[in-house]
Amino acid sequence: MYNEKSRVESNKKLLSNTFLLRVYSPLIAASIKPGQFCNIKVSESSYPLLRRPFSICEVEGDYLHFMFDVHGEGTKLLANKQKDDVIDILGPLGNGFNYSGDYSTAIIVAGGIGIAPFPYLIKQIPTDKKVVSFFGGRSKENVIEYGMKNLLVSTDDGSAGFKGNVVQLLEKEFYPFRNESVRVFACGPNPMLKALQEFAIQKNIECQISTECAMACGFGICQGCPIENTEGDGYYLVCKDGPVFDSRMVKL
Amino acid sequence: MSHADLSIQIGSLHLKNPVLLASGTVGYGNEISQFTDMSKLGGIVTKSLSLKPRKGNPPQRIVETPSGMLNAIGLANVGVEVFVKEKIPFLRELNTTIICNIAASSIEEYVECTKILDPIDTINAFEINVSCPNVKEGGLIFGNDLNSVGRITERVRAVTKKPLIIKLSPNVSRIAEFAKVVKDEGGDAVSAINTLVGTAFDIWTRKPKIKNITGGLSGPAIKPVALAKVLEIKRNVDIPIIGIGGIINWQDAAEFMIAGASAVQIGTVNFINPNAGVEIVEGLQSYCEKISIGKLSEVIGSFQL
Repeated sequence: MYNEKSRVESNKKLLSNTFLLRVYSPLIAASIKPGQFCNIKVSESSYPLLRRPFSICEVEGDYLHFMFDVHGEGTKLLANKQKDDVIDILGPLGNGFNYSGDYSTAIIVAGGIGIAPFPYLIKQIPTDKKVVSFFGGRSKENVIEYGMKNLLVSTDDGSAGFKGNVVQLLEKEFYPFRNESVRVFACGPNPMLKALQEFAIQKNIECQISTECAMACGFGICQGCPIENTEGDGYYLVCKDGPVFDSRMVKL
Repeated sequence: MSHADLSIQIGSLHLKNPVLLASGTVGYGNEISQFTDMSKLGGIVTKSLSLKPRKGNPPQRIVETPSGMLNAIGLANVGVEVFVKEKIPFLRELNTTIICNIAASSIEEYVECTKILDPIDTINAFEINVSCPNVKEGGLIFGNDLNSVGRITERVRAVTKKPLIIKLSPNVSRIAEFAKVVKDEGGDAVSAINTLVGTAFDIWTRKPKIKNITGGLSGPAIKPVALAKVLEIKRNVDIPIIGIGGIINWQDAAEFMIAGASAVQIGTVNFINPNAGVEIVEGLQSYCEKISIGKLSEVIGSFQL
């Protein structure tokens, strides 16, 4: 784990509210795995006070990419970063996806900005596996295709792709995969992950979900990000034990 | 030029410098050690321990506020037994002072925890948390009551000869009275302050932003309050004070020492800059040089009114 002062290389607007930040961060780039995250200080002052956690979106050589939506003070400041600004990044944090081992098809399921961790994952998945991606958004203007492979889209209003949510779309399209050994990788809002948990149990397939929780430190000392476990009556920490969990391990 | 002496004496407790990492912001040391050289710190105060493990509060446990944060972790901890078996071996190798924080829901539990932990050499001192705002039993029920704080100090004092620090709540009208009772009952020092009770609401759902409804406010937002509490104790009671509250840099640490703190604890800043403690030690070293003093302890309580 490193605390790396990283120079901004570019900050591209992908959609009206979605940005792709590229920073020079060789130490973290050399060690980060898909599904892990970084905790980013978005200002040099005490406002906002805390770092902001972001999934790693893509790694290219010494460069990290982060994809984010602007929805609060922190992300607004991050959206204003320009080439040669320096930001303070802590990472790699968390556990990441397990994409090795015995399966034939990777099914990616992303809801909205939950697509962020998948460009890097898709690049790292062994080439002998098939990859199919499902993306759900509110409407046409929110559809992100960046870094996706064999993409199927759903929108709540039907303005692009299937009308409905992304788990409904997956259910509709699942038939051809019924006899394959599939592994689902998912990230998105909790209701989506919950529906997917049930789907995975029903079809008896392996499903890894990347979860989200308000957190301060990002590495286990503040204990601020509990997620209920299914084994006993305790909690895991999203930052340290996650953010990726086998969907059977946690109660959402 | 030779370096100034940063060492501090609090009763029988010797610290190589006054910078301690506060309980609840450093776990049991292992996670933060990946980011900082803990042997350069004055010491660490481990996460509050109770006799049995506590799973803590349900989410959401934390929320950011202007220059601060609210937390209601609920004293999630591994319990004394696991601490001794699994955490002490790591702490033993850290080459820094280890202060063990204890939180309990009854006076008997404070005594019992202290008795079990007292024989362990790795533990250099105890800090008794009578001021956690986020648990139903114990916590502030004790911290708000002079008689309880006195009884806890007296009973714990009877079972340990190690330095005994009582961590006081700011959620009282006269903190100096609590410091006085600690002194009268044989405590060696007080830590001031624990977090301030606060809350925050989501205006759309009209629900509290943390599940516990209220939480403890920490961070730079509370620094002026904490400084005033330290000063109040210093001006009224002759007992060493460990200053805590919103310290993020060496200037803040120096300010607390001037107001009367013999040492300081840093908390919330560890979440943002896990190397802050070491940077503060370095800053205090150069502060001594700038103001030409040979011993940092000279600044303790040196305020000019």
